[in-house]
Amino acid sequence: MSNQNYEVKIDSIEPLQVLSPSGEIVNEAMLPKLSDEELKELMRRMVFTRAWDKRAVSLARQGRLGFYAPVSGQEASMIGSEYALDKEDFILPGYRDMPQLVWHGLPMYQAFLYSRGHQHGGQVPADVHVALPQIIIGAQIVQASGVAMGLKLNGKKNVAITYTGDGGSSQGDFYEGMNFAGAFQLPAIFFVQNNQYAISTPRSKQTAAATIAQKAVAAGIRGVQVDGNDVLAVVAAVREAREHALEGRPTLIEAITYRFGPHSMSGDDPSKYRTKEEQTEWEQIRDPLVRFRNYLQAKGLWNEELENQAAEEGKETVNAEIKRAETVDKMTIPGLLESMFEVPPVHIREQIEFYSAGGEK
Amino acid sequence: MANMTMIQAIQDGMRVELARDPKVLLFGEDVGHVGGVFRATEGLQKEFGEHRVFDTPLAESGIGGLATGLALQGFRPIAEIQFIGFVFEIMDQIVSQAARMRYRSGGAYQAPIVFRTPFGGGVKAAELHTDSLEGLFLQTPGIKVVIPSNPYDAKGLMISAIRDNDPVFFMEHLKLYRSIKGEVPEGEYTVPIGKANVVREGKHATIITYGAMVHTSLIAAEEIEKSRGVSVEVIDLRTISPIDIDTIVESIKKTNRAIVVQEAQKTAGAAAEVIAQINEKAILHLEAPVLRVAAPDTVFAFGQIEDEWLPTPQRIVDGLNQVLDF
Repeated sequence: MSNQNYEVKIDSIEPLQVLSPSGEIVNEAMLPKLSDEELKELMRRMVFTRAWDKRAVSLARQGRLGFYAPVSGQEASMIGSEYALDKEDFILPGYRDMPQLVWHGLPMYQAFLYSRGHQHGGQVPADVHVALPQIIIGAQIVQASGVAMGLKLNGKKNVAITYTGDGGSSQGDFYEGMNFAGAFQLPAIFFVQNNQYAISTPRSKQTAAATIAQKAVAAGIRGVQVDGNDVLAVVAAVREAREHALEGRPTLIEAITYRFGPHSMSGDDPSKYRTKEEQTEWEQIRDPLVRFRNYLQAKGLWNEELENQAAEEGKETVNAEIKRAETVDKMTIPGLLESMFEVPPVHIREQIEFYSAGGEK
Repeated sequence: MANMTMIQAIQDGMRVELARDPKVLLFGEDVGHVGGVFRATEGLQKEFGEHRVFDTPLAESGIGGLATGLALQGFRPIAEIQFIGFVFEIMDQIVSQAARMRYRSGGAYQAPIVFRTPFGGGVKAAELHTDSLEGLFLQTPGIKVVIPSNPYDAKGLMISAIRDNDPVFFMEHLKLYRSIKGEVPEGEYTVPIGKANVVREGKHATIITYGAMVHTSLIAAEEIEKSRGVSVEVIDLRTISPIDIDTIVESIKKTNRAIVVQEAQKTAGAAAEVIAQINEKAILHLEAPVLRVAAPDTVFAFGQIEDEWLPTPQRIVDGLNQVLDF
C-alpha cells in the first residue's frame, strides 16, 4: 500500500458567524464595516420585512394574494445578502426571494401583482436590475452565468447573484451554472438559503454531501458556509464574495437558516414533517431578529420605539401597496396575445381580432 | 454571388451578423476552436475572437441558461445544440424560459436568441441525432421555428433569425448540409420569417412541405408529371411556426387538392397543423381530403431501414394519386 493521497477529502467547515445567537460579537475580524445608520437600516428592513410577511400571509389567507411563499426566519439571509450588493448588481431570485427584489427596487405593488397573477407584476422597471421570480427550481442558476458573462462583456463592475434553497442544490442546473461560472471566470454569486426543508424533504435526504457549500469544490469555485441567521455574517460573506467575483472567482454561499412558516400558503402543514422542539428552537433561540436586536440594543442603537415604528411602517406599506395592486386594470386576452411577440404574426393577429370582437359566438 | 453549400451559407449568415452587430455571440459545444462538429462555425472564432465565438462546457441546459442570461443583458446569442436529440436537456431554457420571457415580463425583457441545431434523417447517424422534433415547438407559444431547404434561404433566414427580437429555433437538415449547392449573394440580405415559397408552380395538386422533403417532393412532382401528365405545385414552408397559411390557401384555390409531406412521424406535428388551418380557411375549395405523407409512428428508424422509413418520392406520388383519384 502506498501512502499516496489519491482520495478527495473535504475538510469539515464551520459556518461563518459574527454574532452569537444572543447577539455578542464572536468574530471581531469578520465584523463588516457598517456605520450606525447602516446597522439601524439593516434592522429596520428586517423588522419591516417580518411585518410585511405576517400581513402577506393573512392577505393570502383572505385570497387577496395568490401564490405566496412565507419568508419569516430567513430575513438575515435575504436582507443581509441584498444589502451587500451594488444597486446595479443583478439578482436572479427563486420564488421566495421577494424581499430581495423589493429592497433592490421592484415596487412592492408589482410583487403583489405577480403573486395575484397579473402581467404588470413582471414588468420590471428599466432601472431595477432583477429577473422575475423563478418557478423552475434551478433554471435561474444557469441563467446567472449568462447574466454574469453579459455584465463582464459589457465592462460593468457588477455581479450576478442567484438564490436557491437546499433542495435546489440537488438540481443538475445547480452544478451546470456553477461550473460555467467557474470555467468562464464570471462575476457570479450562488446563494443557497439552506432552510432545512425542500417543502417537506429534509436536508439530510437531499444529498450525502456533508455540506452544500462543498459542492463548489467540484465546480472549481469558492465555497463558503455562513450562519444565515446572522445578518452581519451574511453581509460580510457576500461583500467578500463580491470582491472575488469581480476578480473572476465565483462563490457558492451556503447560508444555514430556517423558514418559520409553511412552504407556501397552499396547504402545506410543517407539523407533518418538523418537530415542535425543532421549530421552537429556531423561532425562539435562533431568530435572526432577536440576535441582531440584542446586538444593537447593547450598542444603544435600537429600542422599542424604533422597533414599533419599523413594524408599523411595514404593515402600512403593505396595506397601501395591496390597495394599489387591486386598482390596476384587469388584463385582456388581446393584451396577452399582443405580448407574445414583438410583432404579432398572422395567426396571433387573427386571434387578437377574434377576442377583441368578443370571442366565441 | 457565390456557389455555396447549405453549411457555407449558414456560416456566411452568421458571419455577416457577427460583423455587423457586436451584441451577437455564438457558442456551444465545440463551435469555437474546431468550428463545430460539422464545421458550420469554422474560422469564426479566429475572425471575431474568443469573446464572441466560443466553446462551452458540455451541458446543454447550461448553454440555454447562458443564452437566456446574456439576452437579459442585451446580447443576441446564437446557441448551438450539437444534435437535435440533445434538445431535451435544454428544453426548459427554450420552452419555459426564453419563449416566455416577453410574455411574463410584459415586454420588459426579451430573448432574441437563435437556437440552432442539426436534425434530419438519411445520413445513418447515431440514434438521437436525426429526429424531426419540430412539432414540439409548434406547440410552444413564443418561439418561431425555421427550417430552410436551400443555401439562399438558409443564409437569408439565418440573418432574419439573428435580427429577430424573439427566440427562433433554427433547424438545419443534416442531409442538406453538403448535398446541395446554390447561388448565394454576398453580404447582407434577408428572407422573411413566416413567409413560404412556391418552388414549383402547378395546376392539379399542391404539395406543402419543408426541409429535405422539398427536394423529395420535387422529384415526385417530376415523376407524376411524366407518368400521369399532371402538374403539381410545391410549396416550401421555410418557416413552420408561424405557418404562412395565405400562400397555402392561394395555391389550393387554384389546385383544389393537396397533400402535406413531412419527414417527421405522422401523428401531430406540422402536417396536422397545416391541415387544420386549411380546414379553417379553404375547405370549400377542396375536391379531396388533404392527406399526409410522413414517416411511420415509430421511434426514428434503425440505420438499416432508415431509407425505407423516410418518405420516398414513390410514397409522395402515391399520396398525390390518392387525392387526384378521390
